[in-house]
Amino acid sequence: MADKVLMKGNEALAEAAIQAGCRHYFGYPITPQTEVAAYMAKRMPKIGGCFLQAESEIAAINMVYGVASAGKRVMTSSSSPGISLKEEGISYLAGADLPAFIVNVQRGGPGLGGIQPSQSDYFQSTRGGGHGDYHIIVLAPSSVQEMADLTVKGFDLADEYRMPAMVLADGTMGQMMEPVTMGNYQPKTVEKPWAVTGTKMQRPHNIVNSLYLNPEELERTNFERYARYAVIEQKEAMYESFLMEDADICVTAFGIAARVSRNAVLAARAEGFKVGLLRPITLWPFPKAPFAEAADRVSAFISVELSMGQMIEDVELATRCKRPVYLCNRTGGMIPSPEQVLAKIKEIAGGLK
Amino acid sequence: MSAVQIVIAGFGGQGILFAGKFLAYKGLLEEKNVSWLPSYGPEMRGGTANCSVILSDSAIGSPIVTHPDVLMVMNLPSLDKFENAVVPGGKIFVDSTLIERKVKRTDVEVHYVPATQMATDAGIPTLANMLLTGKLMKEVPALCGGDWEAALKKVVSARHQELLAYNLKALQTGAAFEG
Repeated sequence: MADKVLMKGNEALAEAAIQAGCRHYFGYPITPQTEVAAYMAKRMPKIGGCFLQAESEIAAINMVYGVASAGKRVMTSSSSPGISLKEEGISYLAGADLPAFIVNVQRGGPGLGGIQPSQSDYFQSTRGGGHGDYHIIVLAPSSVQEMADLTVKGFDLADEYRMPAMVLADGTMGQMMEPVTMGNYQPKTVEKPWAVTGTKMQRPHNIVNSLYLNPEELERTNFERYARYAVIEQKEAMYESFLMEDADICVTAFGIAARVSRNAVLAARAEGFKVGLLRPITLWPFPKAPFAEAADRVSAFISVELSMGQMIEDVELATRCKRPVYLCNRTGGMIPSPEQVLAKIKEIAGGLK
Repeated sequence: MSAVQIVIAGFGGQGILFAGKFLAYKGLLEEKNVSWLPSYGPEMRGGTANCSVILSDSAIGSPIVTHPDVLMVMNLPSLDKFENAVVPGGKIFVDSTLIERKVKRTDVEVHYVPATQMATDAGIPTLANMLLTGKLMKEVPALCGGDWEAALKKVVSARHQELLAYNLKALQTGAAFEG
């Protein structure tokens, strides 16, 4: 199984979830994540797992809550409008400190939107998404290999920090095929003494709950949770730096936008422009340090996004607005071309002279 | 950087995505970097379908092909849509049974193959896609090599390995076509 095979991003993600030890999948169909559910429907019954197509997204996320409470690895997947429906349940998962793995293969919005690729759920996922004080871990794959690798990572992080983790992909990442190697994963085993697995009259009851009517107690749980978030921000931020050593302009993008930007950066380099690429791999925690460091060296940032400009706000925050941050974007299911990004690089470089 | 960027386009049901997968797998077996990206949408059989395939010696950036070096088209709307996107000096492969008009560009190399008619005559009427792919591989040096049969084995489903011989015949018939 360690051979290189061609797989769609959605299928690689599903296979990786199984290899991470996930045996429970609950979902409701939606384009462009269909292959995740289809793969699970085919595989789960053969390995003693559970694939269940729920009656709605809301039902599916609450089934996830149930299995997570029992301490088992569990996941759901959907696309933008479906994730909005799941947000109530995600807030409950966060409030009950439950690990769960969620996949959003984004499509254009708002509303029912379209079915073409998008990154316009950045705000929703990095700011929690549902109500209340909370975050979820957000991982942004930029290749089919990362669709698989970050899935295993997502399950591990969710268990380790007792919180939901999400892979935030897009239609392109889900649909494209690339060579991928799997089979060498060593998923973490995390003890879950809090899980509701039956006391066998040997221990006090475990209670999984997100209701705290006493505000002092609720405040304390939120403080505790944010102390954990501080550790995550310190330890778990991931990014890729490409040709940044001598860069004067920093292009930043995640997912498919980073792939497009990479072409543009190479084309700009070939024409003598000193440009580099910073690619956040975790969107929450946002990799603030490399951006703060880059802000001391570069003249400007360009945020390339499949949205009206959402990550750009985190770039401005991470750099404390020390340098101008420009937006280069398409939205509604459209994807910026390398030429568009190259033109933006030249425009900014020209303005700097 | 040595890379070939390919767009294959036609109607859903013609095996457009399959032909692209075959080329991608052949590249993988030759240890190239490859990517395959389908158009996806509400289209069903009979609607339009296309895919972007890239084979490269170095890491592949965007998997989206906006300016193909090689274009293979199996219906008129696809030729209309992609003709002007081909890079100057690029190659266009046209199923001339299904597309009556000629390519207007004069700065590209065009191969007209009556693929659907030839496939029908050869008793493999559903394999016009692979017949045209055979011609394409013959004419594009970067795609010509490798083990065609091994790549076919990867893409023809395990349940239908009896179709392997027909696919190979289609590729060889296309490759042998002079025109």
